[in-house]
Amino acid sequence: MQAIKLTDALIEERKNSITVKGSVEAKQKQSLTCDAESVAGCVSQRACVYCGARVVLNPVTDAIHLVHGPIGCSSYTWDIRGSLSSAADLYRNSFCTDLKEHDIIFGGEKKLAFAIDELVRKYDSRLVFVYSTCVVGVIGDDLEAVCKAAAEKHNIEVIPVQSSGFIGNKSAGYRAACDSLLRLIEPNSGDVKDIVKIPDSINYLGDFNLAGEVWIIKSYLEQIGVKVNVAFTGDSHCDALKKAPAAALNIVQCAGSMRYLAQKMEEIYDIPCLNISFIGLQDTADSLRKIADWFSNEAMLKRAEKLIEKKTAEVKPLLRNYRKKLEGKKAAIFVGGGFKAVSLIKQFKEIGIDVVMVGTQTGSQEEYETINDLADEGTVILDDANPSELEKFMTEKGADLLVGGVKERPLAYKLGMAFIDHNHDRKHPLSGFVGAVNFAKEVYSTVCSPVWKYAKD
Amino acid sequence: MKKENLHYKNVNENPCNMCMPMGGILPFKGLENSMVIIHGSQGCSTYMRRHMAEHFNEPIDVGSTSLNEKGTIYGGGNNLKRGLDNILKVYQPGLIGVLTTCLAETIGEDTERLSAEYLLERGMPDYPVIPVPTPGYGGSHAEGYWLAVRKIVGKLARETEPHNKINIIIPNISPADIREIKRLLQLMQADYTLLPDFSDTLDRPYERSYKKMPEGGTKVSDIIRMAGAMATVQLGLTVDENYSPGLYLEREFGVPFYNLPIPMGVESVDLFLKVLSDLTGNDVPECLLQERGRLLDCMIDSHKYNFQGKSVIFGEPELVYAISRTCLENGIKPVVVATGSKTGRLSELLKPLLDEASEKNFILEETDFVTVRSKSKEAGANIAIGHSDGKYLTERESIPLVRMGFPIHDRVGGQRLLSVGYTGTTMFLDRVTNKLLENKHGNYRKLIYQNFYRGTGRKKLCCPGS
Repeated sequence: MQAIKLTDALIEERKNSITVKGSVEAKQKQSLTCDAESVAGCVSQRACVYCGARVVLNPVTDAIHLVHGPIGCSSYTWDIRGSLSSAADLYRNSFCTDLKEHDIIFGGEKKLAFAIDELVRKYDSRLVFVYSTCVVGVIGDDLEAVCKAAAEKHNIEVIPVQSSGFIGNKSAGYRAACDSLLRLIEPNSGDVKDIVKIPDSINYLGDFNLAGEVWIIKSYLEQIGVKVNVAFTGDSHCDALKKAPAAALNIVQCAGSMRYLAQKMEEIYDIPCLNISFIGLQDTADSLRKIADWFSNEAMLKRAEKLIEKKTAEVKPLLRNYRKKLEGKKAAIFVGGGFKAVSLIKQFKEIGIDVVMVGTQTGSQEEYETINDLADEGTVILDDANPSELEKFMTEKGADLLVGGVKERPLAYKLGMAFIDHNHDRKHPLSGFVGAVNFAKEVYSTVCSPVWKYAKD
Repeated sequence: MKKENLHYKNVNENPCNMCMPMGGILPFKGLENSMVIIHGSQGCSTYMRRHMAEHFNEPIDVGSTSLNEKGTIYGGGNNLKRGLDNILKVYQPGLIGVLTTCLAETIGEDTERLSAEYLLERGMPDYPVIPVPTPGYGGSHAEGYWLAVRKIVGKLARETEPHNKINIIIPNISPADIREIKRLLQLMQADYTLLPDFSDTLDRPYERSYKKMPEGGTKVSDIIRMAGAMATVQLGLTVDENYSPGLYLEREFGVPFYNLPIPMGVESVDLFLKVLSDLTGNDVPECLLQERGRLLDCMIDSHKYNFQGKSVIFGEPELVYAISRTCLENGIKPVVVATGSKTGRLSELLKPLLDEASEKNFILEETDFVTVRSKSKEAGANIAIGHSDGKYLTERESIPLVRMGFPIHDRVGGQRLLSVGYTGTTMFLDRVTNKLLENKHGNYRKLIYQNFYRGTGRKKLCCPGS
């Protein structure tokens, strides 16, 4: 095991955001600093509040997603997710009030109201999300009032999303999105007691239907007798979302973005929630059992076991083959949320790969504790890392591959390292049994590519 | 005022451009040993880094002052100074560009004053920090690009002894294009300073030891001496006077100014080489004349196919102008020419040429893709040329897209696309012609069958698109 000197950490203010499992420093320290603001000049890999809100809400397929702000915010997020739709495709447009200098001076409320009028008429949509951006927060446009007036005028849902970029980090954006969803699903009658629960039904939270992942999981659940009421927000639409309070159970995949919504729905609608994960073979099987268990339905449990057995038998030999080629390789992880990191550690273990570095953009204290429990001694754990830290630790720990998003990919390649895309524009599913195979295949295709033969010294 | 109203829209549907700071990053990436920090909230720099990383397939390090609520209310000066401290510590750059965002501009951050203050406080008064005001609502990324170049020249160029170098100022073209222009300059035996030069910094060869600050880029010492150059050749015909670095050097230091189009297409490459020939006194070498001959050969080979082309061209004004001229030279009729930038120069320059081609045409400035789409349909466009966002036209209107410009997100090799010079033009034309052919060959069986077959049996259609 190579010793990592944290005293070499490049920026003083970042020291408490980095730890090495089992090191003397780690034992002395209370816990890892996370959920803090990024340090100025650190070249953080994080995005902003607006980004968090936009990525969570964008998969609502029949909504008009209107960015109230300057063009960049809208431009950089146009059709950015690989979220598939089974019907409407309005969500694949990027609408923007395109604020200009004189709107900043005189206020943008009128322009916003006209924009909503224009879009609602043109696209005949019944749901509009209006996102606020940095400038809108500063000039103080009253989003709430404009949306309310527009909703009354057109008799549709017009929901403000309070996502000014500077009010926190991406997590605050997730929360803003969840608040908007809560407004959307609130019954018009207002009386929660009138809601009739649908038996054996769940809401599936925190899956955005990247490359059809919602469809894959939905099919598993249906096979064991669980009805998916609505997914938040992959391939969802206004009507389906409004029925969310009728579900018997909420299951949460992406905890970072949706735990808050699940908690709120438990408070308001008395819907209990389960944390699950459909990333990796083990997690997928465990989650199916967990759900069947929750319904304490013997027949459902049996069907779940049968499905698990059948699917495992299909994929195990494939995974075993990949494992043979990959055994002993070292992986580094830098992803958005903590829950994904946890699943990835387990998944790497399934294919014989040791994880030597784990970091996230927005992981929580609790998630870092889980990461620490799962990680081997000597693993570097870090929050809100930047390229120079990633470079330092991946090189020092001798990682063979990195799993991350678009910005991290060229860094890994420049270091002569393999790379796995776990980003939101990917074109292949990484969930469920099929996803576990895709993952192993992708790891194999990059780690064992002949290209590295030429890229060594 | 009247003109402004013409462009005033309440809603932009599917943007055709990016924002000012994004454009501002690029020139700084083309200076030797330089870093950029964006004064604003964290997301801006991250989004722009992502966009650039995907286009260039290179790590793009850009700092952010990570402005939060407190900084927004009480001023972000401390964030900026701490940010500069950290950038200096980690990257040790020789120069730092400071770009603003919507947020910083709206709360009235004076980065000029803050930077000066910072340098005094740190006891490094001569260190080059270059602030550029780039509010996201102030213009598109094209304006941001030119303003940054203009500010770089304004900050660094100093009265100096006259010398024989030629200033070459370029727009946002691919690293491969920059390398081609440098090759032309070498063949013409011209001594030059090219600004900004991101041909190496944003398209680096693989090397085992990775460097945080990539080698290459225009040297600061050369930029200082740009004021004494024998001439400036700026490839920025569509650039507004206020943003024009070449015009600034002429007015401030009397450097003779040649404003030329991007050397793409026979006429523009001829013109570029003629100006270089006049300036250096050297003849165009035989090898370039041969390349010209090969381009003409290519044009003849493909002229009939290209004559069927009705193109929609979109992107940054300077590139759109160059592509339109190249299309016109080859019988491809530009029917929709569009930019998200607010320049008025594009239509001034192109209108007479397009009208002469006698087709119904649209020149759209400060536009969005929903407009481009409807006009393309109206004009019967059958090929699109521009950056990756145009894939929307393919998806919605089945207009095939030849990728060109910035950003290229859904294909590899945006940084390797070569389109300037005689050779680059040849490669560009082949890409366009082949796309037209691919489209024709993919559809003609079905179309002819549908239009003319009147027999009794129904053939099972199995061609693409059926």
